[in-house]
Amino acid sequence: MSATTQRPLFDPPIVRRALREAIVKLSPRHMVRNPVMFVVLLGSAYTTVAFFRDVAQGRPDWGFTLQLALWLWFTVIFANFAEAMAEGRGKAQADTLRKARTQTTAKRVAKPSGTARIDRATFVEVSAEVLRRDDLVVCIPGDVIPGDGEVVDGVASVDESAITGESAPVIRESGGDRSAVTGGTKVLSDYIVVRITANPGETFLDRMIALVEGASRQKTPNEIALTILLSGLTIVFLFAVATLQPFAIYSGAATTIPILIALLVCLIPTTIGGLLSAIGIAGMDRMIQQNVIAMSGRAVEAAGDVNTLLLDKTGTITLGNRQAAEFIPVSCVAPELLADRAQLASLADETPEGRSIVVLAKTKFGIRGREVGGEQDGHHQMEFIPFTATTRMSGVNTADYEVRKGAGDSVLAWVRQQGGATPTDLDAAIQRVAMEGGTPLVVAERPTGNASAARVLGVVYLKDIVKGGIRERFERLRAMGIRTIMITGDNPVTAAAIAREAGVDDFLAEAKPEDKMALIRREQAGGKLVAMTGDGTNDAPALAQADVGVAMNTGTQAAKEAGNMIDLDSNPTKLIEVVEIGKQLLMTRGALTTFSISNDVAKYFAIIPAMFVIAFPALQALNIMRLHSPQSAILASVIFNALIIVALIPLALRGVAYRPAAASVILRRNLFVYGFGGLVVPFIGIKLIDVLLVVTHLV
Amino acid sequence: MTLNGWLQITFFSLCVLLVAKPLGVYLVRVYDGSLTWLGAVERVIYRVCGVDPAEDQHWTRYAAGMLLFSIVSMLLTYLVLRVQHLLPLNPQHFAAVSDRQAFETAASFTTNTNWQSYSGESMMSYFSQTTQLAFHNFASAAVGMAVAVAFVRGIARKSAGRLGNFWVDLTRGTLYVLLPLCLVLSMLFVQQGMIQNFKPYLDVVTLEGAKQTIAMGPVASQEIIKQIGTNGGGFFNANAAHPFENPTPWTNFWSVFTIFLIPSALTYMLGRMVKSQKHGWAVWTAMFVLFFAGVSVAYWAEARGNPIHAARGIDVVSSATNPGGNMEGKEVRFGIANSALYATVTTDASCGCVNSMHDSFTPLGGLVPMVNIQLGEVVFGGVGAGLYGMLAMIVLTVFIAGLMVGRTPEYLGKKIQAREIQMAMLYVLVFPAAILTMTAVSVLLPAGLAGLNNSGPHGFSEILYAFSSTAGNNGSAFAGLTGSTYYYNTLLGLNTLIGRFAMMVPMLALAGFLAEKKIVPASAGTFPVTTPLFVVLLVFVVLIVSALTFFPALALGPIVEHLVMGAGKLF
Repeated sequence: MSATTQRPLFDPPIVRRALREAIVKLSPRHMVRNPVMFVVLLGSAYTTVAFFRDVAQGRPDWGFTLQLALWLWFTVIFANFAEAMAEGRGKAQADTLRKARTQTTAKRVAKPSGTARIDRATFVEVSAEVLRRDDLVVCIPGDVIPGDGEVVDGVASVDESAITGESAPVIRESGGDRSAVTGGTKVLSDYIVVRITANPGETFLDRMIALVEGASRQKTPNEIALTILLSGLTIVFLFAVATLQPFAIYSGAATTIPILIALLVCLIPTTIGGLLSAIGIAGMDRMIQQNVIAMSGRAVEAAGDVNTLLLDKTGTITLGNRQAAEFIPVSCVAPELLADRAQLASLADETPEGRSIVVLAKTKFGIRGREVGGEQDGHHQMEFIPFTATTRMSGVNTADYEVRKGAGDSVLAWVRQQGGATPTDLDAAIQRVAMEGGTPLVVAERPTGNASAARVLGVVYLKDIVKGGIRERFERLRAMGIRTIMITGDNPVTAAAIAREAGVDDFLAEAKPEDKMALIRREQAGGKLVAMTGDGTNDAPALAQADVGVAMNTGTQAAKEAGNMIDLDSNPTKLIEVVEIGKQLLMTRGALTTFSISNDVAKYFAIIPAMFVIAFPALQALNIMRLHSPQSAILASVIFNALIIVALIPLALRGVAYRPAAASVILRRNLFVYGFGGLVVPFIGIKLIDVLLVVTHLV
Repeated sequence: MTLNGWLQITFFSLCVLLVAKPLGVYLVRVYDGSLTWLGAVERVIYRVCGVDPAEDQHWTRYAAGMLLFSIVSMLLTYLVLRVQHLLPLNPQHFAAVSDRQAFETAASFTTNTNWQSYSGESMMSYFSQTTQLAFHNFASAAVGMAVAVAFVRGIARKSAGRLGNFWVDLTRGTLYVLLPLCLVLSMLFVQQGMIQNFKPYLDVVTLEGAKQTIAMGPVASQEIIKQIGTNGGGFFNANAAHPFENPTPWTNFWSVFTIFLIPSALTYMLGRMVKSQKHGWAVWTAMFVLFFAGVSVAYWAEARGNPIHAARGIDVVSSATNPGGNMEGKEVRFGIANSALYATVTTDASCGCVNSMHDSFTPLGGLVPMVNIQLGEVVFGGVGAGLYGMLAMIVLTVFIAGLMVGRTPEYLGKKIQAREIQMAMLYVLVFPAAILTMTAVSVLLPAGLAGLNNSGPHGFSEILYAFSSTAGNNGSAFAGLTGSTYYYNTLLGLNTLIGRFAMMVPMLALAGFLAEKKIVPASAGTFPVTTPLFVVLLVFVVLIVSALTFFPALALGPIVEHLVMGAGKLF
């Protein structure tokens, strides 16, 4: 999935398809979904009839009526084209997604007959897409399991880190509780035969494809509200235009129905009416370009509204791994000694934290990492004590001494048990590390020999590394009025320090899954909309509760089902982009609505004098654009009205320019560009078209 | 335009500003129930009427109560007018009011319109005036305030659609606000020489020896509520141009000031109740900007006068001995500035009382009152009606522009969604549906054209103004249209009912929907409703909504009349 390659806005194949679609969409059954454009459709149809009548009656202004009819049809077709363009981009994306799916290959084996054993040696390589439920596939080390399924034969260690975040491999074997495997996980050793349990078409990816294609697109709540507003305005203008003829008759200035239709079409909000659905589809499309699949337009809309972001500390705010940053010896202990012992105890520790201790000792004091079980430095017969959840420490026993490192209280308990005492300055060191957001790792040793007491050597400062640039991003969010809350399992002191460093607004320390849930509920009860990311199964309830729940693609099925968005890149930081896209979508809608309504002022000044200037020559004073003639004025307005839809398609698809700032700043900018611009642009545009019409002798 | 004129307008503006806070605070205490100095009276009323004052009504019940009260009181008035010849306090022995006239008058007073196609002094008995028309002056104002307060509650609370108790709001509004204000201020009017009696009309011989009948009556008491309640129905046909109804410059000031008294204070109440005083002031400012623009145009147009006069050598420049400008239809006691101010204020609010004849204004001067009404009378507006009308405009503003800050629109923490927009649009649709349609029908039908005394654009303006004024529940008129015909009595009466209840019910529904919603706390990402930018935006939306609706009609009325006048033609 490298959808990050940007598709050009007017991709020729998409344009070709969209042009065809624009005509197909003229079907009244489709048009009636969009009341504003439906009115234009009816107007176009009537004007066409009027044109034929004019021709039949040999009236001189049939050419004018023809042009009017054509441009009214163009108005509808342009609006349809905009929608088709947006959909076309989605369809192209769906094709990309399909390709991604077919690239996973599976080793399918034949189903055994009766009770015969599965012959796993003879398999056919097929794409994952053709796998059906009950198909059997064999997975050998290095294979990605091609789909959700159940182990029916064999036993293998499987790397499920993609789903659970646990790096330690797990055993999957046939029968019993450990038989379920998930697509996307990787076999590390041995082999398993998996019976596939989900048909293609029912899998997650397939549902995504359907969403991207817009097949099941429904209007979002805000779109519905906006449609009501636009329909209401359309009715207002229907009244204004329909009553104008009686007023005109009273004034002795009766006009023709096609001209009234032209006025009506110019006044009703065709610009936003024509582009509304394109904006919505394009918003989801932009999500996809960020590799985020939104399960509904509603979710994208909610993203723009989010007040609170819940961010997991690890992986989102900090790099996944803590790193040793400093050795802090207690008094009477040389730092080198502490570094040496800490390194020794970490030699067999494969965790990133352990590795970083080895590296720090080397870079700071030049202590070289020794071979485990090697002969150098007299560390004979090293016996490593692994970390367990109960002892909460690890270490090493050599011929000369025993070393332990781990959580403060566990190591201290060990020291006391071995007859040692707690140094007076240890607490201060632990506190200091915790206050700075680090994790203190206490190191202690006991010379081998029965009588010697254990002693504490000092503290290794394991530091959480806050991601670069994250602080600035939070500041941008704050400017937008979004509060960030960091979720961490750390103690409050450490959490506070990291929160300070990362610049989050608040934190939830020592968080359990139910705490997260309670926090979301609390925020929502206060009227706030909450967004979060999650991947584990225990995140699922919270993901479902959150207004925007972004599940990581590597997460468990449960998490993906619960969220309303999926990040294919599994990058939790992307929540910020998701919010920005949501906001951009809403802004685009608002901007074009404002633009559309502001346009009407100029159109009134073009058409009203044109309609009545014959009866009241004094009305020429309102013709402030000095348009050539009544016919050119009306035609120029209708043409401008049609062309502006096309001109704004790129804006609708790309969204308005977005820079994070406070609402008041954004409002000022957008009002100037789209409100004031919307007032001014049509005056210029209509005048230009009027000049062109005159030059080309079309009127 | 004179310095004196501008100083008076400035003085008026300052008074409107200064009264907002003290009266606003008082209104908050009236409607939250914390004022109890009339508790005993209140309790008796509730007991007699069987009202449970503790009941918090759902918006549907609130609206039902409002409708029930209005319908019953309207029917009662119809009945009384029909039989006033049988009732006491009728020294002039006026006959029963005709059916169509009684319907129109009952509808008109119930809806706070007070459109009068009759002369009070030659048709209404003292009984009808004091027990019916004056009653509606109080009641319709109290109903308007109640609906406004209910709307604000809908914004401020989360209460499953409950908006308070209609009967309590009605009672408290009358008891604590309208009655005390009227008691005090009517004394002021009487002191200035306004009459207050139940005497038969006086027959006097004038200096020239002609016999003249001078109409009498309880004027001051009626006059004050007509202003405070933005009713506008005059005791006399000449309304506030009549020397007994508006004897001195002081009564003129007090009567024009009292029109804006409660509407100005209601904006402060809004700010207090929604806990954003700045928002209250922003709304006040938007209203003031629209008011000031209106009065400036009207004053300018009237002071400039008729260019045809100037072209014929008539001195239209004001001086110590010559008011200049266009004095046609204006009281010399009040002059141009006070007439322009009065006309602007009475149409900004849904008052409709007049101290000059709008029909005789210059086309642009007359355009101002007409546009004011078509704006929805949201510029301070009728008591209550102005505030909830402005709130509907705010909902639209927030919805259209709110999206531009990148959030789904919210107003003071309440999300504006499909149902709310539906109600706001229903509200917006009432005006074009009622005013434009009825005007269109009337300019085509002989019955509609029959009452017209002027032709061309001016005649058109008269019809358009009549339907705007009734749908807007204003009640002022571009006289020149004979409204006392079956056709107009019926249509205009209906129009007042549509303009009142077809707007109030959607507004209560909108308030109820808002009251069901959670309140989203404000943040830097929230659409700002307290800034100067918001004021500009709101003013713009108010203008554009009505401009888009009425521009074609206005172009064929006052606008073309103005342009043709420039070419030397009048209608």
